[in-house]
Formats: sequence, C-alpha cells, structure tokens
Amino acid sequence: MNAEKTTTPKLVVRDLNFYYGKDRALKDINLTIPEKMVTAFIGPSGCGKSTLLRTFNRMYQLYPKQRATGEILLDGENLLDKKQDLNTLRAKIGMVFQKPTPFPMSIYDNIAFGVKLYDNLNKHDMDDRVEWALKKAALWMEVKDKLKQSGTGLSGGQQQRLCIARAIAVKPQVLLLDEPTSALDPISTAHIEKLIDELKEEFTIVIVTHNMQQAARVSDFTAYMYLGDLIEFGDTSTVFTNPKRKETEDYITGRFG
Amino acid sequence: MLTLYARRRLINAINLGISGLTMLFGLFWLGWILLTLLEYGLPGLTMAVFTQTTPPPGSDGGLINAIAGSLAMTLVGTLIGTPIGILAGTYLAEFGQRGWLAPVTRFINDVLLSAPSIVIGMFVYAVYVVKIGHFSGWAGALALSILVIPVVIRTTENMLRLVPNTLREAAAALGAPQWKVINFVTLRAARAGILTGVLLAVARISGETAPLLFTALNNQFWSNNMNQPMANLPVVIFQFAMSPYDDWHRLAWAGALLITFSVLSLNIVARVLFRQQATTH
Repeated sequence: MNAEKTTTPKLVVRDLNFYYGKDRALKDINLTIPEKMVTAFIGPSGCGKSTLLRTFNRMYQLYPKQRATGEILLDGENLLDKKQDLNTLRAKIGMVFQKPTPFPMSIYDNIAFGVKLYDNLNKHDMDDRVEWALKKAALWMEVKDKLKQSGTGLSGGQQQRLCIARAIAVKPQVLLLDEPTSALDPISTAHIEKLIDELKEEFTIVIVTHNMQQAARVSDFTAYMYLGDLIEFGDTSTVFTNPKRKETEDYITGRFG
Repeated sequence: MLTLYARRRLINAINLGISGLTMLFGLFWLGWILLTLLEYGLPGLTMAVFTQTTPPPGSDGGLINAIAGSLAMTLVGTLIGTPIGILAGTYLAEFGQRGWLAPVTRFINDVLLSAPSIVIGMFVYAVYVVKIGHFSGWAGALALSILVIPVVIRTTENMLRLVPNTLREAAAALGAPQWKVINFVTLRAARAGILTGVLLAVARISGETAPLLFTALNNQFWSNNMNQPMANLPVVIFQFAMSPYDDWHRLAWAGALLITFSVLSLNIVARVLFRQQATTH
C-alpha cells in the first residue's frame, strides 16, 4: 500500500465483524498492521477504534455478550481461533489503558506480576528484568529508590509509564495503547510520546487516540474509522495531507467530529 | 420579593437546619444510651467482673465465664462464617455475570440477611441441638456463623464491585488467568473493605441474644468445653436484668457496658480501616 516504507505485516485483519449483543460495532474490517511501526486509529467517539483494538488481545472475552467473527492473523496465525490459548496470546500482545491501572502492590511487584506468569526467574534475574522494563519506560531514575513503595502512590504520568513498563516486561511483540495519554497533563503526554518513538524499535505499536495532532506526531500509519467502518488507511503523512476520501478530510480538518 | 441569591441562601439554611436537627435527634438518643450505660455500668465494672464467674444471687461474682464464652463463640462463629462469606461474595462479584446461580444466591442471601436472628437460633436448635441432645457452645457458634455469612457475602460482593473493571482488564491483558486476577489483584484491592465487613459482622454477632438462647443456653460455671452449654454475655445480661436481685442488676449493667463499648470500638476500627483504603486509592 505504500512504496516509501518497506514493511512486514504483523497483524492482518480479515473481514472482521464485532457485536455487542445484537449491535454490530465493526463492519467487515480489512487492515494490515506493519511490524515495528506505530499505527494510529483515529475517529470520532463510538466509531469502533477501541473496539477494534480490544479484538487484538480478545479483551472482549471478559464479557459474555460480546463476540467477533472473521480473522485476525498474528504472523499468519489466526488469533480469533477458539483453539488459540488466551494467555499465550496476551503474552505476545500487551495492552495499556486510558486510565493508569497500577495494581495495589509495590512498584517492583507491579512489574514482576506479569513476568512471573511466564518466566521462572531467580531473584537476580527478576531484579534485572524489572530494571530493564523501568528503564525502557523511562521511569527508572524516578523510582529506583522506592521500588518497595506502592504503585498507587505515583503521579498519574508515572503510573501510566509504570503500566507501560509492566506491559513490556513480559516482552510482547505487539503493544496496544488505548488512549494512553488522554488522562495525563501535557508534560506527561510528551514523555509518553517520546517513549512510543523509542519503543517502536522493538515493538509493533497500535495506538488509539482522540488527539489528531498526537496521531500525526507519533504514528507511521493511520486508520480513520467512522461508525464501525474503516474509511481510510494509509501512510500517516498521506492521510493527513492528501486524504483519498472526503470523509477523512472533513474529520481531519475539523469540519466534523 | 427576595432576590434569587437570597432565596437560595434561605432554602439552603432551612435544609441545613433540618438536617442538623435530625442528626442531633439521632445522636441525642445514642448519647443518652451511652451515658446511662456509663452511669449504671461503671460502678459495677470491678476487677471481680474479669476474674470471677457469675454468682448465685446475694454473693460476690463476676462475668469471666460469660466474657470467655462470648469471645469463644464469636471467634468460632467468625472463623466458620468468614471464609464461606468471602468465597461466596467473590463468586457473586467475579463469576456471577452469567447463569442463574448468582441471582438466586443473591436473593437467598438478602432473605438471610434480614431473617430475624431468633429464627436462626430455632433452626440450629432443630437441626443440631435436638439431634445431639443438649445445648452446647458449638451450637451457639454455628448459629452465630449463620449470621456472619450473609453480612460478609454482601460486603465482599459490594467491595469487589467497587474495584474498577479496568484493573481486572489490565491484569487479564497481561495474560493472568482469572484466579490470579482475583487473588492477587481484585481481592487485594478490596482487602480493607472486606476486612471492614468482617469486623462489622463480628460487631453484629457479639450482641446477639436470640440465637444463643436456644443453642448455647447459659452456664453458671466456668467451662472451656465447647460441647457443653456455655455462658455468654447477652444471655447473662438477659437473665440477670430480668431477675429481682440488685447485685445481678449491677453485673447486667456492667456486661451491657462491656458489649456496647466493644461493639462501638469495633465499628470505629472498621471505619478507620476503610478510610485508610479510601485514601490509598
């Protein structure tokens, strides 16, 4: 779809439909998310961008009335397959939420919680992993002397970086960010955006955002969604400067939404 | 004609006044009860109360057998009721979104929560005391545990529901199986609230008389055998207060004072604990 950037597909979405009970929230979505790039989902509230994000780790399975049909291929493997083990899937695909969600335990244990699910590390290796994750999330310098303190005592921006550290400590391949900065102040937001730029060296990142400037700043590819349809998908600079569809242009220029 | 602002201020003042008066009205009776208890109870609260057993009329004695019996039965009742209550409450909050079992359990629990305690006493009498053939401390503890269960179920469920769903999602998104999410994240987040519920349940049963009348009955003497009838503060207060003897009256007042202030302090501890949780989240 794009000549300038050479990309490998990481996630391929095919004919994806999603239902909340009887309401169809996603309509025949087809989309390819490239590896080690940042892909942003934009669109007005209720357009289905968060819903789409939540199908990638099957978060919807926590709720009895939600279901998805179609295929989502992670490196060629259909992750919507019933045989797909959920916990293995979620080890490969990490997620960070809109509101910071530190667990009610120490900063150290917040990170170790996820790691312990998959790796049986000794004390020394676990210390290293916690330090590695906190450094990756640009939080290490601020918390290295208070790892035993509660994660809930940090500021909002720090909590969100703790959540990012927690997600990457498991060493996933894909990182899903669901409006990760909408509850944060501008300085914390800048921190996180810088972080996203660094993290895409190692992870495939998908970010949902309400903030179009943010999408333009951090992403390589952008998908514009409206009422459950994927209206346009392409290179971020193309989508923002020369959109193919009139609806996209209207939204981006602020005439609507 | 009043200006809009003046009218709002007036309405505010009237409402605030009414609220304040009703609060005073409630506190007045509580204060009176506590003062009366102190007035009649304090003179009877001697060392003998904590060292001697309940006396026959006309001789010296204390309440130690009743205090010990109450503590033992409350402890055993809480130990039986708490795990069941926490497990059932966890089921209702964490697994109860599908199927018919949770709504039915919740309904039955509500019935149990408001069941008169004397009914519980008679139930244990019929199914346990009659079968065994005698009153016992175990039967009393059993009756108390049946009172603990619905209180703990209700508070556990409510406290777990206060835990934001995003926390569950965050733990599940890491790939944690549901039992780990519940054990290490949601129950931990609700810990202080659940503990508060247990303390409130203890406070509730420590003053119950009716369920013990048919189960533990009473005992004039020191007994640490839970398989025998057992003395306990509420029944002793009931018996002594109804008697015509002045020294028994004094002991009944002392016992009432003890129970009331233990319950009051349990409630205060519960409040403080809950407030601590509220400020750390």
